[in-house]
Amino acid sequence: MIWKEILIRYGELSTKGRNKMDFIRRLRENIRHAFADLGHLHIRTERDRMFIAIENEIQMDVLLKGLPKIFGIQSFSPVAACEKDMEAMKKLAITIMDTFKNEQLTFKVEVKRTDKTFPLESHAIQREIGSYVLPRYQNLSVKVKQPDIELRVEVRHDATYMMAQVISGAGGMPVGSNGKSLLMLSGGIDSPVAGYLMMKRGVRLEAIHFFSPPYTSQNSLEKVKVLANELTKFGASIRLHVIPFTEIQVLIKEKVPSNVSMTTTRRMMLKVADKVREEIGALAIVTGESLGQVASQTLESLTAINAVTNTPILRPLISSDKLEIIDIAEKIGTYETSIQPFEDCCTIFTPASPKTKPKLEKVEHYESFSDFDELIGRAVKNREVYIFPKKEQEADKFADLL
Amino acid sequence: MEVNTIYLDNSATTKPLKEVMQAFMAVNEQYYANPASIHAMGVESNELLMRAREQVADILQTEAKNVLFTSGGTESNNTAIFGLARSNTHKGNHILTTEVEHPSVLESVKQLEQEGFDVEYLQVDKNGVISLEELRTKVRKDTILVSMMHVNNEMGAIQPIFEAAKIIHESSRAAFHVDAVQSFGKLPISFNDEDGPDCISISGHKIHGFKGSGVLAFRKKMKWQPYALGGGQEFGLRSGTVAVPQAVALSKAARMAVETMNNRAQKYRQWNDEICTQLRGYGDVVHILSTPQGAAHILSFSIRDLKGEVIINALQKRNVIVSTSSACSSKQTKTSHVVEALNIDEHFKKGVIRISFGAHVTNEDIVKFKQVLDEVLMELKGEY
Repeated sequence: MIWKEILIRYGELSTKGRNKMDFIRRLRENIRHAFADLGHLHIRTERDRMFIAIENEIQMDVLLKGLPKIFGIQSFSPVAACEKDMEAMKKLAITIMDTFKNEQLTFKVEVKRTDKTFPLESHAIQREIGSYVLPRYQNLSVKVKQPDIELRVEVRHDATYMMAQVISGAGGMPVGSNGKSLLMLSGGIDSPVAGYLMMKRGVRLEAIHFFSPPYTSQNSLEKVKVLANELTKFGASIRLHVIPFTEIQVLIKEKVPSNVSMTTTRRMMLKVADKVREEIGALAIVTGESLGQVASQTLESLTAINAVTNTPILRPLISSDKLEIIDIAEKIGTYETSIQPFEDCCTIFTPASPKTKPKLEKVEHYESFSDFDELIGRAVKNREVYIFPKKEQEADKFADLL
Repeated sequence: MEVNTIYLDNSATTKPLKEVMQAFMAVNEQYYANPASIHAMGVESNELLMRAREQVADILQTEAKNVLFTSGGTESNNTAIFGLARSNTHKGNHILTTEVEHPSVLESVKQLEQEGFDVEYLQVDKNGVISLEELRTKVRKDTILVSMMHVNNEMGAIQPIFEAAKIIHESSRAAFHVDAVQSFGKLPISFNDEDGPDCISISGHKIHGFKGSGVLAFRKKMKWQPYALGGGQEFGLRSGTVAVPQAVALSKAARMAVETMNNRAQKYRQWNDEICTQLRGYGDVVHILSTPQGAAHILSFSIRDLKGEVIINALQKRNVIVSTSSACSSKQTKTSHVVEALNIDEHFKKGVIRISFGAHVTNEDIVKFKQVLDEVLMELKGEY
């Protein structure tokens, strides 16, 4: 195997002053976490870049596949190494440039000679490698200023290092560098996308889901678990709080007029979420609401719903079109799961004609006849918590069959 | 058949592996629920189905959503050809295939020919291999489908599918379907390479899985029309309750086939060489159709002026099972289209025998077979 390490260039955090070391540490931990399956990774950090040592091809494959999903990485490059010998270096240069053989590109060779005992000096190395590579690839031409590819050669004391490929990362900031929030995860298309966008800005997530058996099926809960698990691909573990919500929903259906019952339901959900948020020490609540998408997402509805708390409610999708949201969902791989047709807690109690402009005073008035607080306390207390990603060790009951 | 039967007809079908049969039984006992049902049992069997699908997708280096479970090689081939042709008429009307395909391909394109498609057949040389030059001249801008088998079922010739893919994709928008029924688990075939097939057919019972199970897999999502209408299973393309046990069995057989591929390939090559050496010793009484460049698990040869059936019966008396050129056509009296295409001497056309190796064949079997072959030839041809 020619690969020696992967060089990682930091994302936006390169520009941050004081907290930089903290950010780098976060990123390193997130990478370790995301690739826990690979065993202990040797990661070396510098001010502007980070190196992961590569031990075998499997590691390389997994990292190349997984790194583009980790926030806080601007780009990364596989780095190859060979002996400090011109013939070996030329061969390696060819192997690396083979990646680009199908495109018309400009390139240059950039040499750094840290090991000054190496007989040839930088310019000579540059010339030798350049003149060896160039005639072998019809598609390459030399351009010294701003070439498409830079073949970087570094003659260090232990070996010669070489790289050319630059793979884009996910950008954003390392998850966890911007505090923790609670995501309301329904199982639809929007909420996972909202969670993803917040993670991209460095927010660590926990998720909350409202489960109303027997009105909603085990399937819909499984679906939410899958979604929570999908979100962990972006470099952080997620705890999912499943709230037994049947009792509250039944009471709402009995006591509140059907055209505002949906508003009340959302208000109760938010109250529950706020209690859970407080317990877990999160600072904000994240929802997938998009203005005007459904009756509960008009400005009037949002006002009536929001009135139950002062906690910041983050709505990253508020101005997105449905199609834009679907695009992201497809890109991050949650769409297929989201569109599985199971009843979720929002669809089952939906009244035929919910008010699109509910009045806060009226809603409060209708709610005042019942004691929801006791039920809310109970729901919060009886919640079940699942942790994702699921540990691999968990017995795979299908392993023998396959 | 008795216990000591030497079964050398693995290209017709294979004996399922014990592990595969165990998995099949276990799935039928525990996960028999309909994977489309919403109850917990259904959810569980659906999970199992997904895992089986993912495993096949991993082996073929594609995504799970591009893997369709079918009833076998013939269904996979039929639907690949009909689906890819009929869904792409806006791009053109021209279909290319070879003259040595399996009947499930040839009959399908014949049907399309009657529907008005323009079908052309690539010829093969005496080694059973197409010419890339001919391919280059025949691929047109309006070619919408090229269907080519990877390994020929009657004599083991390997088609240069990766080179062919390049030519096809360079000069047309055609989808490239590869019938990998005889090659999967014997030669590397997947969507891993940058250029290669767009669509692959696999059969379960050729890789020590079960009859009645197969896969049709795609490199990426393709324009397609459903071909079995109903409950919308298999991504809406092939309705009908999904046979989870078959899918699991196939997935397991595929995994085991790929894992043991290199070991078996070495053995097959050695046996193939040994038998060929012996055959060449008989001089011009024997003509070997297979070539050293072909797949190692299939060896076809012919005995001058003898009918294949006679040889089969003679071998069978000594507990050795082989077949004429292919199991499908062996009951028909006419010479197979593959043998015709190879353009061999008249004296050798009737007596084609195919031996094919599988995972259960042992070194002792081959030693015994070589002995028996000697006896039979002596008996039938006298001195040679």
